[in-house]
This record gives sequence, C-alpha cells and structure tokens, in this order.
Amino acid sequence: MEFPADLKYTQSDEWVRLEGKVATLGITDFAQDQLSDIVFVEVVAGVGTALQKGKAVASVESVKAASEVYTPAGGKVIEVNEALSATPELVNSDPYGKAWMVKLELSDPAEVGGLMDAGAYRKHCEERSH
Amino acid sequence: MAYIPHTDEERRAMLAAIGVGRMEDLYEAVPAEVRFPDLDLPEAISEMEILQELQDLSEANLDTRHFASFLGAGAYNHFIPSAVDAILRRAEFYTAYTPYQPEISQGTLQAIFEYQSLICNLTGMEVSNASHYDGATALAEAVILALNHHRGARRKIVLSPAIHPHARQVVRTYMQGMEIEVVGGDRLENDSRALAGLIDDQTAMVAVQYPDFFGRVEDFTALGRAAHAAGALLCVSVNPLPLGLLKPPSAFDADVVVGEGQTLGIPLSFGGPYLGHFTTKKEFVRKMAGRLVGETLDSRGQRGFVLTLSTREQHIKREKATSNICTNVALMALASAVYLSVMGKQGVRRVAELCYHKAHYAAEKIGALPEYRIWNTGPFFHEFVVACPIPVAAINTALLDYQILGGYDLGQDYPELKNHMLLAVTEMNSREEIDALAAALAEVGHA
Amino acid sequence: MLEPLIYELSSPGRPGVPLPQPDVPPADLPKGLVRDDLPLPELSELDVIRHFTRLSQLNHGIDTGFYPLGSCTMKYNPKVNEDAARLPGFAFTHPLQAVETVQGNLALMHAVQEWLKEIGGFAGVSLQPAAGAHGELTGILILRAYHQSRGDTKRTRILIPDSAHGTNPASTAMSGLEVVELPSDARGNVDLQALRAACDETVAGLMLTNPNTLGLFEEHVREVVDQIHACGGLVYGDGANMNALLGIVRPGDLGIDVLHFNLHKTFSTPHGGGGPGSGPVGVSRHLVDFLPGPVVDVLEEGDEEEAPLYGLVMPKQSIGRVKAFHGHFGMLVRAYTYMRVMGKEGMRAIADHAVLNANYVRVRLKGLYPVPHDRICMHEFVAEGRWEDAPGVRALDVAKRLMDFGFHPPTNYFPLIVHEALMIEPTETESQATLDAFVEALRTIAEEAHSNPELLRTAPHNTRFGRLDEVKAAKDLVLCCKPI
Repeated sequence: MEFPADLKYTQSDEWVRLEGKVATLGITDFAQDQLSDIVFVEVVAGVGTALQKGKAVASVESVKAASEVYTPAGGKVIEVNEALSATPELVNSDPYGKAWMVKLELSDPAEVGGLMDAGAYRKHCEERSH
Repeated sequence: MAYIPHTDEERRAMLAAIGVGRMEDLYEAVPAEVRFPDLDLPEAISEMEILQELQDLSEANLDTRHFASFLGAGAYNHFIPSAVDAILRRAEFYTAYTPYQPEISQGTLQAIFEYQSLICNLTGMEVSNASHYDGATALAEAVILALNHHRGARRKIVLSPAIHPHARQVVRTYMQGMEIEVVGGDRLENDSRALAGLIDDQTAMVAVQYPDFFGRVEDFTALGRAAHAAGALLCVSVNPLPLGLLKPPSAFDADVVVGEGQTLGIPLSFGGPYLGHFTTKKEFVRKMAGRLVGETLDSRGQRGFVLTLSTREQHIKREKATSNICTNVALMALASAVYLSVMGKQGVRRVAELCYHKAHYAAEKIGALPEYRIWNTGPFFHEFVVACPIPVAAINTALLDYQILGGYDLGQDYPELKNHMLLAVTEMNSREEIDALAAALAEVGHA
Repeated sequence: MLEPLIYELSSPGRPGVPLPQPDVPPADLPKGLVRDDLPLPELSELDVIRHFTRLSQLNHGIDTGFYPLGSCTMKYNPKVNEDAARLPGFAFTHPLQAVETVQGNLALMHAVQEWLKEIGGFAGVSLQPAAGAHGELTGILILRAYHQSRGDTKRTRILIPDSAHGTNPASTAMSGLEVVELPSDARGNVDLQALRAACDETVAGLMLTNPNTLGLFEEHVREVVDQIHACGGLVYGDGANMNALLGIVRPGDLGIDVLHFNLHKTFSTPHGGGGPGSGPVGVSRHLVDFLPGPVVDVLEEGDEEEAPLYGLVMPKQSIGRVKAFHGHFGMLVRAYTYMRVMGKEGMRAIADHAVLNANYVRVRLKGLYPVPHDRICMHEFVAEGRWEDAPGVRALDVAKRLMDFGFHPPTNYFPLIVHEALMIEPTETESQATLDAFVEALRTIAEEAHSNPELLRTAPHNTRFGRLDEVKAAKDLVLCCKPI
C-alpha cells in the first residue's frame, strides 16, 4: 500500500498535490483497493467550473461499490483527465500518477494546509482495516 | 399439514438436537402477553375442496371468453399463443428468484437479455432494463430519472392529459414527498402545441402517450424538438403492440420510452401482474432504475450473462440508489419475450394491422348510427371515443344482455366527456361481434 | 453447446404462429406514422419452445433443489396455486369491468384483505403494491401523510437500523424524507441508547425488521416501539420475515403501525426469476384512511340468501394510487389458495417448522462455521464464511462451491453488519434429510477451505457455467443484441 510523502490526504480518501496555487486531485491506493476493479470514472465538473470546498468532482464505480470524489478546497477547474473514461482501470494501476482526476486553481491554497500528511493518513487507513 | 414434510419422530429428534423440549420454547424472546394469538381464520381444507371453492369464485365473474369485450383503457384482450404459458409453467423459470448467482441462473439471465433486446428493437431505443411493475410506475420512475438528470435543479414536469389517468395519478403519488410541479394534465384541450407552450427552463421532462388514452396517434417530432431546445427530456409512454405497425417513438428523438407491456402475451388477470417496460438512450443507462442484464464471459471462455451496473441499485447505494426497486416482474418479461419470438416479425405486424382495421370498421359502423358520434377527428390506432345518447353505465348494463362487455366510461376521469365511451377493438373481435355491437348499441341507445 | 440468442436462431421468412385473415375491409393507414422495418426475429414455434426450454434447464429453481436464500423465503410453490390463477374467471376478466360483473374477484380480494388484517393484527389492508419495496414506499408515504395531516410538518426523518435491507433507506429517500442510520448493539438488536438519543420531534418514524436480518427476534421490541411512539413517531414494519411470526405474534399487537407483507415470500406465490411479487400493506386504525386505493369494501351487506355486494372504494385521505388498476391480482389468487389450504392451524405450523428447521441447521453447524449471534434464532440465521486459519477463502468461495453439491447458495454479503455473511433460511417445506445433506456439504467445504482452498477459489466446477466476469460486464457494457 502506497502513501507518497509529497501529497496531502483527506478523511474520505482523496489525495492532493499542491504546486503553487494549482491542486491536482485523485483517489488513494487504499481507496482503489477497497473498491477493487474500477469499471467507470466520470469527472462531473467541467473545465472552467467554480467549485466550493466539499463539492463532488467525480464519480467512481466498481462492480460492488460506487463513490463520489470531493474537492477538499474551493477553486476553479483548469484541467480534467480525459483518459479516465476510456481506461478507468488506471485508477487501480496508477492512482497517484496517470489516474489524476482534476486540476484546480485554488482560491485559497491555505485550505489544503489542514489536511493529513502521509503518516497521519497511513494511520487513518490502518485503523479502518481489520 | 400441506407442504410441511416433518414426521413426529423427526420433530422430536430435531428439537432434541437444538436442545429444547417443545416448539413453544423457541419463542422465549416473543413478549408473552401477545404470544400465540388465536387467529380468526377458516379451518384448513384439502386441495380437492379448494378447487371447488375456487371454481365457484371464478364462475361468479363474467369473463372475456364468454362475452365479447370492447373494453380497453390500458389493458387489452389479445390473443395469447399457448406456447407462452407452456414456457411460463417451466418450474425452473418460475420457482427461481433474482439471478444473484449467475452460474446457475443463465436461463433467467439470457431470457431477460433477450427481452431487453426485443423491447429495444421494437421501440427503437438503445437500452432497456429488466422490467418495472407496470406502465404507470415506469412513468413515475422516468420522472425521477429526469429529475436526477438535472441534479434537482429543474423541478417542473409537463404531463399530457391524454396519458392514462392511473399513470398520472401514480406520478402524483410518487412526487408527493418532493417539491415538484406537475402541469398540463388538468386540461383536456392541452394538445402537443399547448404542451410545448408550457415548457420552460424549469422543465425537467415532457411526457406524452402513444397511442394516447383516447386511441389517438400523432407525430411528436415537433414536441421533442421544443423539449430539447429548452433542455428538457422527452418521455413517450407506449403500448408496444401497435409498434408492430406504427413508427417507433425513437423517431421523435425520445429520451425515455416507458409503457404498459401487458399487450405482449400477458392475460388480463383482473389488472395484474402486468409489465412495465423502460428503455432509454444509451447516455441515461447509469440513471436508469431497475435491474440490467449484461453480456460477459465466464472463467471457461463461454458467453454468459450477469446482472450489471448494480451499483445503481438499492442493495449497494441504499438511500442514494436510482430507485428502491428490487423484485420486478421478470416472469412477465419472459412472457413478452416468448410472445414476440413465437409471433415473430410477421405475426406482430399482422396483429397490429388486424386491430387497426377492425377498429376503423367498428368506428365506421357506429359512427353511422344516428344517436352516436365518433369524437376522434385525427388518426387513431385501435381505440376511439364515442359520444353516446345516454349514460355509459346504462348502455353497458344493457349490453350485458347481448353478451357484450362495453367500453370505458370516460366521464369518470374527464368531466367534459360525460356520456362518452372509450371503445377498444382487437384481433379477438370478429366482424360478426363488431356488427352485433353496432346493432346492440342502436337498440339500447334510446333515451 | 452454448444456447444461441433468439436473434441468432432467426431466419427470414420462417413462419411463426398462424393468425386469421382480416375479415373487414382495410382502412387507410395513418400518413407518416407507419414504420419501415420491424426488427423482430422469425422462428418456428418448435424453435421457440426448444430455445426457452433449454434456457430453463440452465436454471436452479426450488423445484430442482434446496434454495436456502436468506430473507427470500424460498418455500415450495404449490402447483394448485398455478391452476387456480389460470381459471378463466380470474385470468380473463378486465380490471375496469363493472363491479357487478366481477363479484367473484372482489370477494376473493376482500377475503385476502381480511385474512392479512387478522394475521397481522391490523385495521386496514391495501392489496395494491406490487412488491415489498413498493409496499415500503407506500408505507413511508402513509406515515408522512399522517403527520402532514396533523400539521406535524417538522417530522422529516426516518430512523433505520444498519442491519436493514437496502430497500429501506432507498424507499425513504424516494418519499423525500431523510435517513438516519441507527447502530445495532452487541447482541444484534436495535441499540436502545442510540435510539433514545435520536428520538425527537423531527422523527417521522422508525423502520423495523422483526425478526431482523440476522434472523433474531428483537429482544427489546416493546421498548423500541414505545420509545418511538413516545416522541410522536410511528413504526414501519418490514414484513419480509413474517414467515417466523405467523400464528406466533401479530405485528399490530406489538404496536407496529404499518407493515408490508411479501406474498412471494411468506405466502408461497412464486418468485418468477425476479417477480412478479406482491406487497400488500397493513395499517393500524389511525392510518386506515391514508391507504392507497382503491381498496375492496362491502357496498351492500349480504344475508343467508344473498352474498354481499363488493365494490372498490378510495380511502378518505388516501395517499393516492401507487399502481395502475388493483394490484397483482394473479398473485392474490395464489395467496388466497395457499391461505385457505393452510388454514388457521397451518399458519402456526408454518412458523414452527420454519423456525425448527433454521435452528436445526444452526446447531449442526456448530464448530464448523462461526455464527456471530449463536442463540435461538427465528426462521433464518447468519453464519460467517471465513476462518482465521484459512485465509484467502471467503463467503463467496463457499457459495460457489455449494453449487457443485446441487444447492443454491445462501444469501451472500447481507446483512452488511456481518463480515463474509451467509444468511441461511431453510423454510418449513424442507425435510430433515435435505437439511442433513446441506450440512454435510458445508462440512466438506469447511474441510476443503483448510486442505484445498484453491478448489474453493475456482469453484464452481460441476456446473454448466464457471464464474462470470462481472468486471467485464460493467466495463464493456452490452445490454442488448441487435438483429443479425
């Protein structure tokens, strides 16, 4: 199970890579493992959309579960990963790399500061598995 | 005791294995003061005796085998080939349940896949679910789909008044917990043009029926364009059997097509079980309610079928599910698949033509009677409205003496149509029956 | 040999069922509204019969083998019920015929209404809902309408235990009410403390399944019902598990305000591969006026000479129609036949033997499969399909291997509160010998889980089809076939 050190993590299993004002979002290795084989990904926020913190950016489905992906910070969508609709399995094979979902220009990058780091998130995952 | 196989010896042995002395001991958790009520029910009877009782009940009805029937209004007396029931009585079909374990349910799964295919090809739509309870609840689910499609931002539904009154009532029942505005159905004069006028940027969906409740058929292309221009969906509720002859609703660019499939090999059965069919364009498949059967491969490389996109459904999404539907009417979907297969392309076309021509012959004969007037002005399929000289109820009572079950009293649902009767004619009505109906109407129609 | 699809068996020009020639002159067809082609298959009657007969042989049904699908009550479907439903007076009557011409049907429906009232302890019953989930939606709408009628509009929340069937929260959401999930306690009951904390004047009601989905009778059912009533809410009973309560206790006597019955579970009407079912709803006195309609009522009392005159009546404050026409009448005929044959004593005998059978299987599995709540159960119980010392084997594998022994697996992965759940419901129509054979198969599988886990993970082996690829089905979505 991977927990890249350079990322921030949410309680609901999203990861964020912050570069200046731009945040890249996706779901974590733990999340894709829980869902198992992903069959469908739909990014629901189009380029140019202004989103508040907590709004849904994407929908992810496997055969046994479906999940919404939420943004932990407000901002404007500047790029969307088109490859995911054709190859949803990227979420399983490369959740932190090729399976990024959206890039946002944050209105307040400080909002990301309160998220968990890799160590805290790893603990959060361990507590939930049995 | 019928169907319960235990002997006294077995009961004793099993109670001993469990470690209790008597059956009563199994119910310690049940509050003592309300335990073991004395039910006021009739005593048990044997299979031999029940058959006599049922026979008496059955014969306390007038049925369409003994009476010529011209009653339609959403349920129709059609010919059902014996092959349909022969397959429905296969116990492997009717004593199985939802195909959760696909390896031992390929019969049900493939049959439903074939049903989905047949219905799509008949309606011209791209995807179908495995069935809804009936046409009325399917329409209500179509409304929910439209509301979800717009993510709750649009809260108005335009419903044609020419949709079956029961279907419009069911939509209202389903909507009572949501703040939704349903317009259009209250004025009989609201034709396609008037309905188009009611569409605005708050409209999630416009729904019409084809043929409509009064038997009329019209081209909804313009209405579809008006709906789409405003960003609303077009839903058409269809009786699938006329589609053997008529242009399918996909021609109007319908987004959702639902309807009552009882006409496809399902007996009248005093109102149910019937068959709600539900088809859409591909893009709405994830918003669709109900079960979906999809094609796949098994571990040995064989083609097989499974329930798919289950993540929409209640057992996974729970309160976020597209619908609460679980058990549907799989056996009725099977019935329609068998009907469409055994009647085939030629048979379905022929039945539709027989209905059409016989209804037009009837309308001509009745229209020629001085005291009766045909209300329909445009094209109709196999039902039409007759303005009668005396109340419909009185006519129908009198017609019983002629061994005829008359049509539906429209005054019950449309105050403007007091003394108007909705008459349906199917392939089951011979020319002699139709002539007899016209003659009987002439005789009983005196005020 | 794979069974082809119906379109693959089609041949242009193949004659199907012959139909009569038109006996009237042809009328003009509606301009612009006639279709060009009709993409339906063409087969002979023999082709169709062979095709569907062979398909049926790919199914496991109650009539082919034991089917302990928990929560579904797969009891024997009596054949006399099938003959009953096909009697011409039942099968060939139109729902909109004048009531005077269908008194037999209305009498039958009235009897079923009365018997369900008696069995459930209710003041009113509607036979209109088409299935259990439909009955649930109906029941929640009734609760809501009741509170609305009293101006109690703040009541927008429904409390639902975490062990509940998914249809419970789904039905609540469809009614426009909010779902509040309640935890279960260590013994599998509704957690009373959590319940007390959640009860306030925003609660419209509680949805209770009793016996619950663990097969256990709620040990504090009185307290639960009283607590909800005390804060002004109502109790909805999910009647899926009525098979354990027939003649044992009436839900109405426990204070349940509204309950749906599943005729296709408790009352032997067939499951049909996924319906049609029937989900009548029973209500206590203060809710009678809100039932969906129409319901069957006596219009004119009868006497020794004359039968009563039955009619269809809309309840005074009805929530409205939930379905076109009257409900699944064909299933009501089957249920009527079953209830008459079983009779008064039969009701109690059904519950007794259903509960006897479930407990028998439970005790015989001791030491073989973990049973999280190992006490007297009702008509079903939940075991775990996993072992600490057999990692890598899951309930799914146990289920698939059971098919090799000719059994339909128990319900898998429900309720959600038990890991690797196997919900086993034998029903009262199974003999001790069948139950013993089932236990022996489970014993063998438990051994295999430890000695040969790979055999389980790749099961089934003896069936016509192996495990089906559900991932592929969802990714490469193929939901219908086009004509060749």
